Amino acid sequence: MSAEPEVSQIELDTFRAEVCRWLDENTPSAPAFKLPDSFLEVSSDEQFEYLRAWQRLVYDAGYLGMSWPSEFGGGGRPQIFQDIVNDEMAAGNHPFMLNIVGLMWAGPVILKFGSDEQRRRYLAPMLRADEIWCQGFSEPENGSDLANVQTTAIRDGDDYIINGTKIWTSLGTQAHHMILLARTDPSAGTKYQGLTFFLAPVDHPDVEKRPIRKMTGEFGFNETHFNNARVPASCVLGEEGQGWAIAMATLAFERYAEGGQAGGLDMVQLRVSELVEMARECRLDGRPAIEDPVVREELVRLSVEERAIEMNDLRRHIPGLCRERPDAIGLMRKLVTSEFRRRMTRFAVSLQGEAAKLYIGDPGAVEDGDWQRHYMNAYSVTIGGGTSQIQMNILGERVLGLDKG
Amino acid sequence: MAEAISFGEEQELIASSALDFMRSRCSFEAVREWMETEAGYDRALWREIAELGWLGISLPEEYGGSGLGATEQISVVEAMGRQVFGSPFLANTLAAELLYLAGNDEQKQHWLPQLISGTRVGSVALGESSGAWDFGDFTARAELDGSQIRLTGEKCFVLDGGNADLLLVACSLGGKPVVVIVERSQVPDTALRVERLVDETRRSARIRLDGVSVPKESLLTGADASGALRRLQLKGALLVSAEMAGAAQGVLDLTLEYLKTRVQFGKKIGSYQALKHPMVWIMVGVEHSRSLLYRATTLWDAGGGSEELENAVRMSKVQSGDACTHAVDRAIQFHGAFGFTWDCHAQLFFRRAQWAEYTFGDAAHHRRHLSELLFKDDAPLSVSSS
Repeated sequence: MSAEPEVSQIELDTFRAEVCRWLDENTPSAPAFKLPDSFLEVSSDEQFEYLRAWQRLVYDAGYLGMSWPSEFGGGGRPQIFQDIVNDEMAAGNHPFMLNIVGLMWAGPVILKFGSDEQRRRYLAPMLRADEIWCQGFSEPENGSDLANVQTTAIRDGDDYIINGTKIWTSLGTQAHHMILLARTDPSAGTKYQGLTFFLAPVDHPDVEKRPIRKMTGEFGFNETHFNNARVPASCVLGEEGQGWAIAMATLAFERYAEGGQAGGLDMVQLRVSELVEMARECRLDGRPAIEDPVVREELVRLSVEERAIEMNDLRRHIPGLCRERPDAIGLMRKLVTSEFRRRMTRFAVSLQGEAAKLYIGDPGAVEDGDWQRHYMNAYSVTIGGGTSQIQMNILGERVLGLDKG
Repeated sequence: MAEAISFGEEQELIASSALDFMRSRCSFEAVREWMETEAGYDRALWREIAELGWLGISLPEEYGGSGLGATEQISVVEAMGRQVFGSPFLANTLAAELLYLAGNDEQKQHWLPQLISGTRVGSVALGESSGAWDFGDFTARAELDGSQIRLTGEKCFVLDGGNADLLLVACSLGGKPVVVIVERSQVPDTALRVERLVDETRRSARIRLDGVSVPKESLLTGADASGALRRLQLKGALLVSAEMAGAAQGVLDLTLEYLKTRVQFGKKIGSYQALKHPMVWIMVGVEHSRSLLYRATTLWDAGGGSEELENAVRMSKVQSGDACTHAVDRAIQFHGAFGFTWDCHAQLFFRRAQWAEYTFGDAAHHRRHLSELLFKDDAPLSVSSS
């Protein structure tokens, strides 16, 4: 990123006030149906359309992709403006964006590795949620061992012919495009070579999708089969054979280890303050949970960690305070925030006494069983985008310098 | 709105020169030599530290200080923690700050330059045999007797009590907390007993005050003592938190070095996930500690006496404490049998962590206070009775 122009504090304060006003006036009221926890669990058309309309409204107002170049549909403004929008959306827990694979992962890699033609073709419809994106990295036999992908893309004239199966494809049934990692040269020396990164069309007669049901009972992800699917060579991002490097860059964006995302929220924001509220409402053994010393202790532990995560996010932008391990905070963010979310949601359920057993739909459930679902869905973040165990390997090897196993 | 985390060039300069100094002058071997001596520190090195300006880093220039803030001060303390450095630095720093907070002009002008220049060593006598971390109800008493103040009772855990020339003794006078300056020469040798500490690089003492009598001008009269003591308690927690953040980083480095050289089953042991993954969480703990520590010092320097500052300092001590005690625990285990030998430096960190965790409040103590601060509208559990 090039150096950004200085923006005056007055301009920023004015902008923040404008954003708050806009959000107040334009955030749609909660729908009659239940919204999912994130874009990963979109299970019905009404959820999909609601979230798509919201993203479109935000983009049309100029509050999404604000730092992306204006010639490709972005706002062409300094990142700080998008940061303010994101902050305010998080503070008010406004709805999240739908097209996350595009906005946060595919978009930044297209900006980084794509041709101008690709940027012009894909970015604006992505920002407006006119075209939905999904990700084709994992396969049934290759999850954590991503470089071992078996899906092939064989050159045939001006096209590639794709065969194989991708799995855990969120928004796979609604998506128009997939960021796809496929093997173009099966004879290459190592598993990391011979991989190519595609911006593949998936609303395609030879691409078949099978929805997979989650432990929560929701849908959202799919198995995606490519049966001799023919795609034009113009779908290749970067160069043939450069797939692994681009996939790694994608994961850095996905894990927020690198900035440049379009912005907006990617899931329901959960705060310790909500647990404190719940501990005031819920009773354990006949007393308000908040009076229980064990509950108080854990709430304090969670509050301290929540604050540490917030402060890490500020400190990581001050290089002089990160000299020892410049990449550590960025690279550990996904591990730390996802594990924190799991621990927090698990504890939230425990505040409910015997009602903790009730699930969404039961009239006696606390907060309609949302926390039970939050807890189960928390695993989507500790597993998706590279499991916590893989994150620990990356941090141990890349940041601490320990040998590979 | 104040900056959330401040950063300045001065701070970076001090942090890097402090680290260089500590690494070159305070090797673990040197620390082991000093810990065998009665005083526990090297007086020549103490003079050098004074010349570097560290003893008055956050005090005004008119008393010989550097006029900087807590932010620069903790950079030095973090570096000390990394090398398990002892010395009366903490004792002397807190004595100077308490004098600055509660002393009158004459007292400050007389004593502060001596403490800051290192010509005299100061300490604070706060704790008592109850072991309570919330100071205030002192059983040690002061009574006015003509032109003299007569003291009774006992003070415990007095940092470098045996090394100090000057003690700032917290006690109660007419039911209110006060601070009295007691010179070492005013305390009979038999009244001072050096305590045996888990951390052998540290020194502390127990002092019987019965029969000690000092001129009434020794009473600090510059400001309300209870306010000053509350502030000093927070500063103590902040400095020990910085020391623990530094020690956690130091023991992380020490353990990593071992995991990168020790070979078992034909592989460096750091390649095994059973060791690698816990090391990552130790690193996460250190990163969290630093972020919360720098947040607390930023608020300190912004001049707050607010609840927000108290909250931040307590969070910092909780986090550094948890991170450091965990890091030293795993350091012993991951060094294998060598880990629980005297010769393995991990024991230095382990013992330091035990000392630091229980100095100015352990994590559980600060969590109880935080629960009062965070959930104050709810039927409060009494901190003292829990």
